[in-house]
Amino acid sequence: MISLAGRDILHGWGKFVFTGIGLGLLIGVTLVMAGVYRGMVDDGKALLDNSGADLWVVQRDTLGPYAESSSVHDDLYRSLLGQRGVARAANITYLTMQVRKGSEDVRAMVVGIAAGRPGAVPGWPPYLVAGRQITRGHYEAVADVASGLRLGERVGIRRNQYTVVGLTRRMVSSAGDPMVFIPLKDAQEAQFLKDNDAILQGRRRTAANPALNRPGVPGLLDAVLASQSTNPYVNAVLLTLAPGHAPDEVAESIRRWQRLTVYTRAQMEGILVGKLIATSARQIGMFLVILAVVSAAIVAFIIYTLTMDKIREIAVLKLIGTRNRTIAAMILQQAVALGLIGFVVGKIAATWSAPFFPKYVLLVPADTVAGFAAVMAICVLASLVSIRLALRVDPAEAIGG
Amino acid sequence: MDRPTRAGKGILIEGLTKRYGKGDTAVDALKGVDMRVAPGEVVGLIGPSGSGKSTLLKCLGAVIDPTAGRMTLGEECIFDNGWKVRDLRALRRDRIGFVFQAPYLIPFLDVTDNVALLPMLAGVPNAAARARAQELLGALDISHRAAAMPAQLSGGEQQRVAIARGLVNRPPVILADEPTAPLDSVRAMAVVRILNDMAAQFQTAIIVVTHDEKIIPTFKRIYHIRDGVTHEEAGEGRLVRESA
Repeated sequence: MISLAGRDILHGWGKFVFTGIGLGLLIGVTLVMAGVYRGMVDDGKALLDNSGADLWVVQRDTLGPYAESSSVHDDLYRSLLGQRGVARAANITYLTMQVRKGSEDVRAMVVGIAAGRPGAVPGWPPYLVAGRQITRGHYEAVADVASGLRLGERVGIRRNQYTVVGLTRRMVSSAGDPMVFIPLKDAQEAQFLKDNDAILQGRRRTAANPALNRPGVPGLLDAVLASQSTNPYVNAVLLTLAPGHAPDEVAESIRRWQRLTVYTRAQMEGILVGKLIATSARQIGMFLVILAVVSAAIVAFIIYTLTMDKIREIAVLKLIGTRNRTIAAMILQQAVALGLIGFVVGKIAATWSAPFFPKYVLLVPADTVAGFAAVMAICVLASLVSIRLALRVDPAEAIGG
Repeated sequence: MDRPTRAGKGILIEGLTKRYGKGDTAVDALKGVDMRVAPGEVVGLIGPSGSGKSTLLKCLGAVIDPTAGRMTLGEECIFDNGWKVRDLRALRRDRIGFVFQAPYLIPFLDVTDNVALLPMLAGVPNAAARARAQELLGALDISHRAAAMPAQLSGGEQQRVAIARGLVNRPPVILADEPTAPLDSVRAMAVVRILNDMAAQFQTAIIVVTHDEKIIPTFKRIYHIRDGVTHEEAGEGRLVRESA
């Protein structure tokens, strides 16, 4: 038996292919939307992976340092190093801000990393794609290539200029902002650094306070001003564990004795995926549902139109003895073929366009398979209306009268 | 054409009635139609609009259910106050040929496959079905357009392909609904000649429903239908041969 669907498609291939391309672009958008969500999740995981930490110690009862602000003393790491099972501890700061690149601004997450080297101190970028790691205590930076910064370029953070000495890749915040690593002391200063006028006004206010500027207590005012101009806080302390120690046990020990909040890798991943990007995920989910409904409506309309165009032929086919299942198969095969063309076009479009999106778009094979299954299911469902229409065609219509 | 033909007894219709609706609104479209068409015979069915021609054709074609009466196709009674055949679709496919006012060829199949589709639907292997179609197209002198698409054919060529499709499963009866309506007189007469030739060659009983004054004189027997009742009369049987 010849394929009626195949012959019909070959006969009107232009209409069919162009319709498939239109549908494909819609499917491509759907795949990209799924890729955007996957990219957000992957960005979050990359953030955790790249930190190199097993535990995150943050301010008590906060979801810091990524989902909420957190502030802990920068000498806390010393006592944490004394905890059983802790191999390494390092202070870290995170600050999402606009950094100046020449005459333009770039949104970036500025990461302050403690002195040391990759592997020895958590928080450092684990690998570079160009240049070298930070070796000086001040005014050097390692930037993610997504920032657009190049080696040797100067980047302005607050009032200071930093020289980019190294470039890294896939070092981004959970929001997809590229990271710029700078020395911890510089980052601490950048977090709380005020402009000269604000500093001057602050000193004047402090000096005018009789409680802090007592004539009989020499040096008090200087001590107070000195404490106001330094920042002894960091956002978190990253810990790596000695071999053989379970993260949950060490975390529980720190929680009990240090009165801090500690997150394991799994808990931090839960915060990032479950809280930080949950709203975005729901938003994307809504878009996916809408796109699926629109795709289904388009396929249903196209197949319905194709079937309506063939009503007389279907009546003739029924009159000359064609089985219902042959006619239903013809319509179903056309819907599936349309879905196949659309899916191939959509996959190509999504793969081609993904690198051009400002945020990371991760197209995973599982989503491709799920998308293919969804497209096929939509096509089959969308063809049911047309099949019902075709099966209700009266063969007597071919005779007329 | 060495395939065995189904000669049988043509088609015999006795007291066929068809009622639409019920109660006060019931309409009797057919009021006891009697017809007989012998194998190899071509008869005309003529009547004004609303006389019951299409209803009769649909009943004969097993497209609608007659209300009462009896129909015998070949040597088998297919309707006796109810269908005696379970699969009407197969009955239409295998034992009744249709030729329509417009050819209604499947536009996405070439000429050969348009004709070969019926035997394929009946389960004949593709190659054998196509061979049978080619054979018939040759008999209808249109084998040179076997690979053409319907849109590439003239009206007369399309109608010849439609006739080939009606004949391809060797049905004992062919129902032709205004087969010459869209054609000029030359092509109309050519179609009538083909129908007569095919009827003779395959011993097929052919009923031609027509309004076409040009072809009415070609029938040897004519059934007039009016208000759901038929009466038979002898026709002129003036079929002018091309060579004449």
